[in-house]
Amino acid sequence: MNSFFKKNGPLISTYFIIAIVFWLIFLIIIPQLYMLDLSFRPNLPPLLRGGPDDVHTLVHYKHFIFGSETSNDPYNYVDIGVFLNTIFTAIMVTIINLCFCYPIAFYMAKVAKPNSARLLIVALIIPFWINELLRSFALRILFAGEGVINNILLATGLIDTGINFIALDIALYTGLTYAYILLMIFPLYNAIESLDTNQLEAAKDLGSSTFRTHWRIVIPHAKAGIASGCTMVFMLTAGALATPVVLSSPNTYWFTQLIYQWFNMNDNWSRGSAYSILLLSVSVVFVLLMMRIFKVKIGEIVR
Amino acid sequence: MSVLFKQDAFLIVFKFKFVKIIISGGIIMSADVELQNISVTFGSFYAAKNVNVKIKQGEFFSFLGPSGCGKTTLLRAISGFLDPSEGKVLIGGEDMAGIGPNKRPTSLIFQNLALFPLMSVADNIAFSLEVRGKSKNERRKRADELLELIALSGQGDKKVHELSGGQRQRVAIARALAIEPEVLLLDEPLSALDLKLRQKMRTELRAIQKRVGITFIYITHDQGEALTMSDRVAVMNEGELEQVGLCDDVYDYPNTPFVATFVGENNPFYAKVVSVDNNEVKVESQGNTFLATAGKINENQNHSFSPGDEVIMFIRPESIFIKNDNNKLDNFFSAKVNTIEFEGNLKNIYVKINSNIDVRFSVPNAVDTSELSSNKDVELTFSSKKAVVLPKGQLAVD
Repeated sequence: MNSFFKKNGPLISTYFIIAIVFWLIFLIIIPQLYMLDLSFRPNLPPLLRGGPDDVHTLVHYKHFIFGSETSNDPYNYVDIGVFLNTIFTAIMVTIINLCFCYPIAFYMAKVAKPNSARLLIVALIIPFWINELLRSFALRILFAGEGVINNILLATGLIDTGINFIALDIALYTGLTYAYILLMIFPLYNAIESLDTNQLEAAKDLGSSTFRTHWRIVIPHAKAGIASGCTMVFMLTAGALATPVVLSSPNTYWFTQLIYQWFNMNDNWSRGSAYSILLLSVSVVFVLLMMRIFKVKIGEIVR
Repeated sequence: MSVLFKQDAFLIVFKFKFVKIIISGGIIMSADVELQNISVTFGSFYAAKNVNVKIKQGEFFSFLGPSGCGKTTLLRAISGFLDPSEGKVLIGGEDMAGIGPNKRPTSLIFQNLALFPLMSVADNIAFSLEVRGKSKNERRKRADELLELIALSGQGDKKVHELSGGQRQRVAIARALAIEPEVLLLDEPLSALDLKLRQKMRTELRAIQKRVGITFIYITHDQGEALTMSDRVAVMNEGELEQVGLCDDVYDYPNTPFVATFVGENNPFYAKVVSVDNNEVKVESQGNTFLATAGKINENQNHSFSPGDEVIMFIRPESIFIKNDNNKLDNFFSAKVNTIEFEGNLKNIYVKINSNIDVRFSVPNAVDTSELSSNKDVELTFSSKKAVVLPKGQLAVD
């Protein structure tokens, strides 16, 4: 602490400490703790809050598992289904994203000349200057029943009848994959870029095939970047709202949409909090799982 | 002490185990390498230009040149990482065009070794067997054999970063030898080591090459390394071969001013030819007249000069002596002492002739130089046999 003050001077040091403490306590810890507490309280009208009925209860978590008391089903199939579907889709999107971005990142880091690599990075970034919602609507136009893609496929005679990309969730997968592509590419790019190119040549010189070089040399080296990219893409995909609202098929529901409904439409903040906590827990479990799978420490992931 | 012991142990183990281990496959395979008219261009820049050289099988051959002279380019062309713009690479008489680095009978040791940091030492050594689908047991056995060979027995499970610089060097050699290549290519592998270790590794590399019997092609900018280890050297400058020959030939009979100044130290005297008698050339340089020998164009032929030609006469620092009753050779000149530099085994004495030509000569440390002090006049002498006359040309920049 003393050396920190000495190094940065009193003014900058004080600013840093106040900014970080404010950020941590007021913007992260207090809201989360408040939500955690709220998720264990009954949904009461404002006048009754703090009264004798305002006790800790598991009613919202019970609702997630068993459904409302008026329903005849033993479990809350709808909400659990949406929850599992969201996680499954997010995992699939993460895997697709990884498969899609790894070659691009490798190309940018090791194959392309510095100038074309820079051009590629710019080309990747520029589309993200456009708002996420607008990008989603643009994709919806492309994928619509009489949209650009269907028209081209029909005109070229590749298909006879239009494909319903929206109902097949192709639009949703594409939109979600594209939405967070940069968060996968850049950690991968950083990780692969730091690999000594001689290692690739040494492996090749020793007779290694391209696939084995990647499997034994590049991927082990880039595993922290892979873990980092995967956790970010998973968390943001599972927590996405705009893209699923615009692009999901009418019978696909996203878990964040449920949370949104409880908070805004049903005015049940406690239940919304409980559902948010569930999503948060899954994200934390996913991070821990990635750390276990890739045998990396938390410090390496955020690097 | 322990370092010395390990070194001895290494060589002893080497002597006895070697034949059994390396030649376990049967006959030693070694190939000659021929570069035919190799040119490599990047845009309009020639990284290598019309290189023709035949490297014999089982030879320790070095490409020697300053950085950026194209020697690494040639090595990459031989290993297959780079396709020459023109010309052919033949290994064992076979044209290598279109054959990738993973399919050539060569093995490359990188400047920074490029060991795989996330694999154990044994996995590193056996990587080439792994890619050839050899079983785990077979790989382990081979790795253990090679580890014993490089005096690192029982250290196969260590990670690379747990080894010292010299040990890593040996692991890199073992890894390259594991596939039993016919040609081993070395890209300045000793340049990162400190002086003592470098000198030790020179001896080890030479010993390994003698025993393995395969062709070694070595790239270096360090003439000491090239001269101590090689059978033959090729001196390169700006993408072209200046001279190819035995080490002592290149040192004693440089074909060009560049070779004369790049390999070892040399004093250039810009001069004019006065008269020529066979290979004996009389030259005049700033009022001094010297007798010298015409330099060679190639192994068999000397340059021919005629009176009036502008030439450079080269005389090496160790060939100049202080004139006294014991040392009277056929050339003399007088000069003024400028500075004396102590180099350990040698003393370098810088003198000036006519207060504008710098000449350096060196005497063993044992020679008493107490009489030489700054600004003192000194009479020097050298033999015409040791003075080489070459046509004017580019010198190696110091």
